[in-house]
Amino acid sequence: MEIDLSVKIGKLILKNPVLVASGTFGYGKEYKDLIGINKLGAFVTKTITLKPREGNLPPRIVETPSGILNSIGLENCGLEVFIKEKLPFLKTLKTAFVVSIAGYTKEEFSKLAKQLEDEGVKAFELNISCPNIEYRKGKLNFSQDAKSTYAVVKEVKKSTKLTVITKLSPNVTDISEIAKSAEEAGSDAMSLINTILGMAVDIDTKKPLLGNITGGLSGPAVKPVALRVVWEVYNSVKIPIIGMGGIMDANDAIEFIISGASAIGIGTANFINPKASLEILSGIKKYMVKNEIKDIKKLTGSLKCQKKSL
Amino acid sequence: MKLCKSRIISNHHIKNSYYELSISSDYIPRFAKPGQFVHIKCSDNNTPLLRRPFSIHSVSKEKNTFKILYEVLGKGTGFLSKKKAGDFLDIIGPLGNGFDFQTTDDRRQTTVLVAGGMGTAPLLFLAEKLVHNSQFTVHRKPLVLIGAKTKNLILCKDEFKKLGCDVKIATEDGSLGFKGKVTDLLKEVLSTVNCQLSTVYACGPYPMLKEVSKIAKKHRINCQVSLEEIIACGVGACLGCAVSTKGGFKLVCKDGPVFNSDEIIWR
Repeated sequence: MEIDLSVKIGKLILKNPVLVASGTFGYGKEYKDLIGINKLGAFVTKTITLKPREGNLPPRIVETPSGILNSIGLENCGLEVFIKEKLPFLKTLKTAFVVSIAGYTKEEFSKLAKQLEDEGVKAFELNISCPNIEYRKGKLNFSQDAKSTYAVVKEVKKSTKLTVITKLSPNVTDISEIAKSAEEAGSDAMSLINTILGMAVDIDTKKPLLGNITGGLSGPAVKPVALRVVWEVYNSVKIPIIGMGGIMDANDAIEFIISGASAIGIGTANFINPKASLEILSGIKKYMVKNEIKDIKKLTGSLKCQKKSL
Repeated sequence: MKLCKSRIISNHHIKNSYYELSISSDYIPRFAKPGQFVHIKCSDNNTPLLRRPFSIHSVSKEKNTFKILYEVLGKGTGFLSKKKAGDFLDIIGPLGNGFDFQTTDDRRQTTVLVAGGMGTAPLLFLAEKLVHNSQFTVHRKPLVLIGAKTKNLILCKDEFKKLGCDVKIATEDGSLGFKGKVTDLLKEVLSTVNCQLSTVYACGPYPMLKEVSKIAKKHRINCQVSLEEIIACGVGACLGCAVSTKGGFKLVCKDGPVFNSDEIIWR
């Protein structure tokens, strides 16, 4: 049976709906000996900022039941080095790549987007939701407020015609409100979810297990939350959703697609099995053949339920 | 590095909570360097979630096998200890940078290996290489200092001896060899030999490595330490296993696990 796996995210046509999530796959080179990156639907880079960032104090990772807490703190080489040392490899890929960017002001976001557009980048993911850095002193991250979400997305959309994906935080009261404001500001798609803020303590030393005290939870533990967020947002906006959060296998991925995701991102699973994304892709194909689904787009949002008022 | 399913040849309980795993591989023995590690999926499900890193303990290029020495500490190593000969393990390796031992300095007089507890694991592989190399140079056989709380916890004494190393033991309770910490033994050894041109290679608990580093600095000798951190990806992608160094944060999995001791900002 011929199946159509292609999906459209903004102006990007992806050959299949499987992406690797930002921060879990470096800049591609790190995994090139372990997996055929070109078979992916798209590849999202580790977040870059205008200036290099050292990142947070170690320890940066703690394993928790069915998950990991991380507080990397957006360690990255900065825009200049990224363009010089990381981008040339990304341009050799025969699959789409998305550059994840973060700034401390909306102007920094648009400056990053503009300069990367000049360098031939085709799509951005706005990381306005990292739980491990202080974007603005004492304030919430951009995606925890509908107005500042709108402001950042609008500013970037003014400066570029390219595809803009906005990555949102689940650490909010009403995710639909934030998603709607990103859509209104012109975001082409949504990445859901960034990690869930958490912490862990060493009871012998009475010290937090992370150097930065709190961190973002990812892995199978967060999947039900991520799935609920995707479903809620799917019912509130029209733009495509890239669903992510604890996807470990094809079954998980298909749950996200049924709940409203047009594409899915594999994150923590890459650490455990670098081939997870491609195994998930082949699992999705098998499911489609078995259930005679010719077009993956038909599966998106096919959840059978009595719509509860959200 | 490669991701492969490798067959277990044997998985022996040595003593206490220590095990030795022998694995068949036609890739890792050919390319592994002492100090490098392999990243193993210990369980068949998501508990525990992450892989576990293990130093390569010994390598046989003739038999296409390598060994890891491990201690059962938690769920991951617990699962690993239940694996049997014939089972397959999901392994990524070899990973990281190993010890720098390819010195061309023929004046080097003494090589001291300092192992605390499980720290013997990567040092046996290093000793294998050092002894092998010394057939072609004037290097002396390595001096190996092994420390543990008590006699029963001393690892690999006979293996190092078989290689022809000079082995000295330190136990905290004095049940075997020198009474005290292995770092005290190191101090004593360095005060008796002409240590100016020697190199110290150390692996063990963090406080021990910190102390070894201090001693090496005092004697102004080259010292390389193998550090441990929680490692998620193992390939330098997640940036989770950072350690503070004079050159900023570095990754245990990619820049290490072996570092020059004077590079580390000890906490």
